[in-house]
Amino acid sequence: MSRLADASAAKRRHHAAVFAALGDETRLSLVNALSAGEPRSIAQLTGGTKITRQAITKHLRVLESAGIVHSVRTGRRSLFEFDPAPMTELQEYLGRVAGQWDQVLARLKSLVES
Amino acid sequence: MNTSIEKRLELKAPVSRVWRALTDHREFGAWFGVKMDGPFVPGQPAEGQITYPGYEHVRLQTVVQKMEPERFFSFTWHPYALDPQVDYSKETPTLVEFRLQKIPTGTLLVVTESGFDKVPADRRAEAFRMNDSGWAEQLSNIARHVAAG
Repeated sequence: MSRLADASAAKRRHHAAVFAALGDETRLSLVNALSAGEPRSIAQLTGGTKITRQAITKHLRVLESAGIVHSVRTGRRSLFEFDPAPMTELQEYLGRVAGQWDQVLARLKSLVES
Repeated sequence: MNTSIEKRLELKAPVSRVWRALTDHREFGAWFGVKMDGPFVPGQPAEGQITYPGYEHVRLQTVVQKMEPERFFSFTWHPYALDPQVDYSKETPTLVEFRLQKIPTGTLLVVTESGFDKVPADRRAEAFRMNDSGWAEQLSNIARHVAAG
């Protein structure tokens, strides 16, 4: 039971971390660029922006710790790729909460209309 | 991606009837599936025991925010707080709001739940601090982008 509890607590914290990781314009633009599909290097992601390589790296690490991007090595290069799973999971979570509301509000409706 | 939940219902009942069903703690209990300890009072905690089959071990813990008769009722709580082993009081609550509006057929009820994006206080690292400018919109842009890709 307590292991289950730990798992669900960890999950909720993870949801919040994913929401929070996405709550930054620079990180959103990085996600936007990477969600196009192709893994990209830090140099590619820095190109055309006024943001320093160090800052981009820091933002990528935040996204990585939330599981939204992963770094992959090809030869000597380190590339970053987008992982849609955490965002899909958030949508499923909100879907479950919304489903509970549908149930209770259906009961409210029959109560007040009876 | 939307970071809040919104439900709109047209109820064939007068606003006064819906208001009573929402804010009288016994009536609230009847449709929500909870036996409340006492009435809802703005600024005060309101707690009860869930009566819905399978969830009888769960305490419902809310803090009433605002009650504007026949117009607006809100409280904070911890969504999906179904696990008795977890101390939900340490986590950032979400905000539930009920808005009532008179329409020709009865009452339009709009229910929203928001605040799913808040990081629990004990995990609020500098790196996760967010800007508070309309990023829900940006998220939905991204979601569209992802769906299109």
